[in-house]
Amino acid sequence: MRIAKGLSYAVLVALLGAAPYFLSSYHLSLLGRFLALSILALGLVLAWGRGGILSLGQGVFFGLGGYVLAMHLKLVALSPGDLPDFMTWSGLDHVPWWWNIFRHAGVAFAAMVIVPTLAAAALAWLVFHRRVGGVYFALITQALALAFATLLISQQPYTGGFNGLTDFSTLLGFELNDPAVQRGLYWATLAVLALSFVFAQWLASTNFGRILQAIRDGENRIRFLGYNPAPFKIVVFAVAAAYAGVAGALFTLHVGVISPAMIGVVASIEMVIWVAIGGRSSLLGAVLGTLLVNFGKDWISSAMPELWLFVMGSLFVGVVMILPQGLSGLHALSRPGKPLLARFRSRATYATPHGHTKKKPSPAPALEAGGAE
Amino acid sequence: MGDLSVIAGQLFNGISVASILLLAALGLALSFGVMNVINMAHGEMLMVGGYLSYMVCQVVHGPAAFVCALMVAFLGSALLGGLLELTVVRRLYGRPLDTLLATWGVGLILQQGARSLFGAIGVEVTAPRWLSGSFTVESGRLAGLSFPHVRLFIIALTVLVLGLVAVFIARTQWGLLLRAVHQNREIAEAHGVNTRRVDLVVFALGTGIAGLAGSALALISPVTPTVGQSYIVYAFLVVIVGGLGSLTGTALAALLVGIFSSAVQLFTSVSFADVLLLVMVVVFIQFRPKGIVVRRNRALEET
Repeated sequence: MRIAKGLSYAVLVALLGAAPYFLSSYHLSLLGRFLALSILALGLVLAWGRGGILSLGQGVFFGLGGYVLAMHLKLVALSPGDLPDFMTWSGLDHVPWWWNIFRHAGVAFAAMVIVPTLAAAALAWLVFHRRVGGVYFALITQALALAFATLLISQQPYTGGFNGLTDFSTLLGFELNDPAVQRGLYWATLAVLALSFVFAQWLASTNFGRILQAIRDGENRIRFLGYNPAPFKIVVFAVAAAYAGVAGALFTLHVGVISPAMIGVVASIEMVIWVAIGGRSSLLGAVLGTLLVNFGKDWISSAMPELWLFVMGSLFVGVVMILPQGLSGLHALSRPGKPLLARFRSRATYATPHGHTKKKPSPAPALEAGGAE
Repeated sequence: MGDLSVIAGQLFNGISVASILLLAALGLALSFGVMNVINMAHGEMLMVGGYLSYMVCQVVHGPAAFVCALMVAFLGSALLGGLLELTVVRRLYGRPLDTLLATWGVGLILQQGARSLFGAIGVEVTAPRWLSGSFTVESGRLAGLSFPHVRLFIIALTVLVLGLVAVFIARTQWGLLLRAVHQNREIAEAHGVNTRRVDLVVFALGTGIAGLAGSALALISPVTPTVGQSYIVYAFLVVIVGGLGSLTGTALAALLVGIFSSAVQLFTSVSFADVLLLVMVVVFIQFRPKGIVVRRNRALEET
């Protein structure tokens, strides 16, 4: 079983690795950017699927990574003493100091991970150490996405406003629109994705991952066992943000632009649907879900633009109501040795610990009475 | 205009923003308190209310047209909300995060539906004659300050709705059931309360009030497919600050959020006001993580 699984992963990676040789350059560039996005999806699986922390503001951390790298790329593209074009238009006469920090590639590379991680850790600490969580946290992250996007749009002289940052030329001396460099970027993205995947898999299999899962299923019980859930939730949320930051930076390189529209409220919640479609607790499912939804979006919105929101809306409703474990749930359904009935029964228990459903009595109703997620 | 009248004007703006926020957040807070469910399509109920008022004002004319529009907006949104409860929300009890996502999907469908029906550009509802014009302070230190009738009307409407809901909860049979379910769902159920029906009524009432909010909003700004989305995030913040389904808490929180963002706009830009508002909310939950008004019982609660 293990060998078969390892083999199928190897085949998948080989297939993706060989993609530059059989895909058209248009589809390759799409695949590259979607693979970058699926790094973010892996982070969401850790935070939401394992830790039960739903973030509707993942775009913020994606954007932090993307903007940090974009600032570096903008600075590199300048001749000495010059200003980025939008700064000149807005009447600035020098580059602000917090831009100059990212002039050095090493600093920018470190910052695209560190900045989102620290921002996420700070927010998570403020919220979780007061035992606020669940729906509240989801709503706060959504407000964060709104505030961040409006701030970026309004600070036109420093952030490029609504258009964001674009017109990059080189990274570490490589010409970005050279086809060979783009192929290299594709492989680099694939490699980062594979590394992130392995790390996420490892993290989920450690004791940390197990406690995380226990927190998701019954935070109070974990408290009674003597653990403080807050640090676990903070760490996993910060890890998810780091993933989002890396994804944002890679995505910016692939697309050549980062703008507020890619990271706002709507974009952020779209990220959740990738994971929901693939399966919130399956890493592989999240990657496949990201690819599927994004290729679908590309296809539908070029064929029938007005249809896309209907499709996405129905996806949200459908996947949550019919297939809460996403496509990976289908896989579990067909797994031999586990009867269909057992799966439905396990779905029923999934809904009961909160005491609202009548399908099956909660194992410990007295403790969980009135409890919520 | 003197400094004082600028400040008083901004305060008035804050209160009028707060009153729309309150109408929008009231239903959210009710269904969150009773059912532990956040309806992300709530903003679209505002939008539906707005479009319904627009349609009524196209058909009905005369001084009573807008009153008709208010009633149609309330009933229409309440019906739609009831339908949403029956088909989606009811099936997801105990999974608040999943409800969030499913109702967001419903919201997207409603938004695109409105765009297909009415176009992406907003439609206008002209205020009836008895609401046009404004009340201006002529003399004294507040000279030059003016209160548009429309905004005064919205504030009055909010106070009226708040009063009616308070009476409904405190004095009627349904209100009694609602309070019972709010305090302890299991015990209420054990006493024979049909909690499912209470949920349906609460949800429909909440979305109906959102419809009223949309109708009121249509008086001061054009109705667009995304009108709900621009208000709803603030309404969520009001619910967080207000506490679990308490009328007083929600009203105070709406005032706080409305006046805070108007006051901050005196000093900074609108976008910074957004950021500061979020900071204010995060700081606020450091002191009162359960909101202004806390529901106390002995059940172990996980939030």
